[in-house]
Amino acid sequence: MTEPEAHITVRHLTMAYGDFVLMRDLTFTVDRGDIFIIMGGSGCGKSTLMSILVGLKAPAQGQVFYGGVDFWGGDPPTRDRILRRAGVMYQSGALWSSMTLAENIALPLETYTDLSPARIREVVKLKLALVGMAGFEEYYPSEISGGMQKRAGIARAMALDPEILFFDEPSAGLDPVSARRLDDLILELRESLGTTMVVVTHELASIFAIGTNSVFLDVSKRTMTATGNPNQLLAESRDPNLHLFLTRGEILDNRIGKDG
Amino acid sequence: MTAPGAMSVEQPAADALKVILSGSWKLGGELPEADEVQKALQGRAGVRHLIFDSRELAAWDSGLLTFLMNLHTLCTQQKIRLHPDGLPPGAQKLLELAAAVPEKKDARQAEEQVSFLGYLGNETVNFFQSWGELLAFIGDAVIAVSRLLRGKAQFRRADLGLIIQSVGAQALPIVSLICFLVGLILAFIGAIQLKLFGAQIYVADLVGIAMVRLMAAIMTGIVMAGRTGGAFAAQLGTMQVNQEIDALKTLGISPMEFLVLPRMLALAVMMPLLCLYANFMGILGGMAVAVWMLNIGFLQYYNETVNAVGLWNLGIGLFSGFVFGVIVALAGCMRGMQCGRSAAAVGDAATSAVVTAIVGIIVSTAVITVICNFLGI
Repeated sequence: MTEPEAHITVRHLTMAYGDFVLMRDLTFTVDRGDIFIIMGGSGCGKSTLMSILVGLKAPAQGQVFYGGVDFWGGDPPTRDRILRRAGVMYQSGALWSSMTLAENIALPLETYTDLSPARIREVVKLKLALVGMAGFEEYYPSEISGGMQKRAGIARAMALDPEILFFDEPSAGLDPVSARRLDDLILELRESLGTTMVVVTHELASIFAIGTNSVFLDVSKRTMTATGNPNQLLAESRDPNLHLFLTRGEILDNRIGKDG
Repeated sequence: MTAPGAMSVEQPAADALKVILSGSWKLGGELPEADEVQKALQGRAGVRHLIFDSRELAAWDSGLLTFLMNLHTLCTQQKIRLHPDGLPPGAQKLLELAAAVPEKKDARQAEEQVSFLGYLGNETVNFFQSWGELLAFIGDAVIAVSRLLRGKAQFRRADLGLIIQSVGAQALPIVSLICFLVGLILAFIGAIQLKLFGAQIYVADLVGIAMVRLMAAIMTGIVMAGRTGGAFAAQLGTMQVNQEIDALKTLGISPMEFLVLPRMLALAVMMPLLCLYANFMGILGGMAVAVWMLNIGFLQYYNETVNAVGLWNLGIGLFSGFVFGVIVALAGCMRGMQCGRSAAAVGDAATSAVVTAIVGIIVSTAVITVICNFLGI
C-alpha cells in the first residue's frame, strides 16, 4: 500500500453569514480515493461547507488546498481550473429544466472539449448508462422521478471525468431502496474510476455503508469534534454528541431510562 | 349530546389540590381556562401537588391538552408537582411528549425595534448598496458583450432563437393592440382641438411624430417590461431556487454569458423591429380616426404623414427602442439573478423587475429627450 495522498486539505476554516459564525476552526484532510462524509445535525453548516469547497461561497477565514494549490487565495481563473476537475451533484439534481437530459450532460462537454457532436452523443449515452438511465436522453428533468433526477445529476457531474465528485444529500427524499442503490452506485464509481468523493449527508445507513473518512460538525459547539472513519468513530470516540448522532440518540434514551 | 367540558377543584389534603374534569373537553365548545386553577391556588398557599380526576371525562382532544399545557407551565412557575396519573392514558403520553423538550427561549426571533434614525441609516446604506449591485451587474454585462464581440461568449444558439421568438413574434398581438389604440386616442384628442381651427389635417402630423419619435417606443417598452422583463426574472429566479445557477457556476460556465447575454441580445435586436411595427400600427390607428371621423382622404393623410415624419424622428424612436430593450433585459435578468431561494422571492423578483424596467424606461426617455433638445434634433 502506498501512503495516501492528500487531495483536499482544509485548514482553520471559519464559515459565517455576516456576523453570524456558523462553524469555526475546521481542519481536516480528504485523501485521494476517499469517500469522505461531511456529517452533522440539521443546520450545522454541512451544505455551506460544501459550497465553500466548490467555490460558491467564500470562507470568512482559513484556507482550502486542492493538491497543494490554495483554492480561495488564488484568482478566479485558478479556481475555475481546479473546478474543471470536480463535479457536483446538487440536492435536488439542479438539472437545467429547459434542456433534455442529453443536453444537460452535453453542455459541459461542448463547453470544454473539442469533441464532435457524434462523439458527445456517445459520451452522453455512456454516462447515462453508468447511472442506470440508458434511453432517457430525450426526457426533460420534469418528466422523470426525483431519484432519476439525482442519478441524472450524477451523470452530469461525471461528464468531464472529474477527479473529485461532490454529493449534496444524495439520499435525501428517496425511498430506502433507491437510497441504497444510489449508495451502491457511489461505491461502484469509486471502485472503477478511483474518484475522490465528498458526500454531505446525515443518513446513518449511507454513512456507515460508504464512508471511509468523515468529519463531524457539532452544531452546539460550533466547530468540528471528530474526523476519521465513521465506523471507527462509532467504536472509539467518547464524544457524547457524536455518539448521539451515530446511534440515532439511543444512548440518550438509555440514560434517561436509567435515571428515571 | 354530552355535557360541555367543566372543571371543579377540591382539596383532599393540606398540600394537594385535585382538579376534577368532567364532560366533553373538545375544541369549539366553551372550556374552562387554566386561570381558574390559578385562582384556586392563590387561596391555598401550602399546595405542593396537583392531581387529577378524570372519571367523569366523556371525551377530549387538543382542547384538554392546551389546558393541561397551561397548567404545566403554571406548576413549573410555582414549583408545584403535577401528577398526571389521574388523566386518560393518551393525554398522559401526549403531555409528556409536549413537555419533553423545554421551549427554547431565544428561538423566536424578536422583532427588533429600530429607531427612526436607525431605519433611515439602514435604508440609506441599502440604497447605496443596491446602486453598487446595479453598477456591478452592468459592468459584468459589458464584459460579457465584449466577449461576445470577440467571439468567445458561451451560450447556446438554440436558446437565442427561442428567446427571439418569444420576445419578437409572440409579442406582436399585444403590441398591435396597444399601439393601434394609442394612435387612435392621440388622433381623437388632437382632432377635437384642431377642429376648432379647421386644421384637422394636422392630426396626421401629431400622430405621426408622436408615435414615431416617442410613443411607439415607450408603449412597446412598457408592454415588454411587463411581459418579458417579469418573465426573465421569474425564469432566472426559479433557476436560482433550483440551484441550476449554482450548477452553471461550478461547471465554470458564466451565468452572465449563458443566461443574460442571449436575453439581452434578443431584446436589443427585436425591440427596434417591434418599434417599427408599432409605428405602423399607431399611424394606422390615427388614420382610422381621420378617415372615418374627420373625412380626410386616405392619400391625403398618407402624404401629410410622410412629409411630417423625418428620418431623424424615426432614428430617435428606434434608438430609444434599442435602449429600452437593453434596460428591460438587464432589469429582468438582474432581479432574477439576485433572487432569494423561496417561492415568495421569485414573486418579488418579478415585481421588482417590472418596476425597475419601467423606472429605467421613463428616466432614459427623459435623458434622451434632453440630449436631443440640446443637440437640436
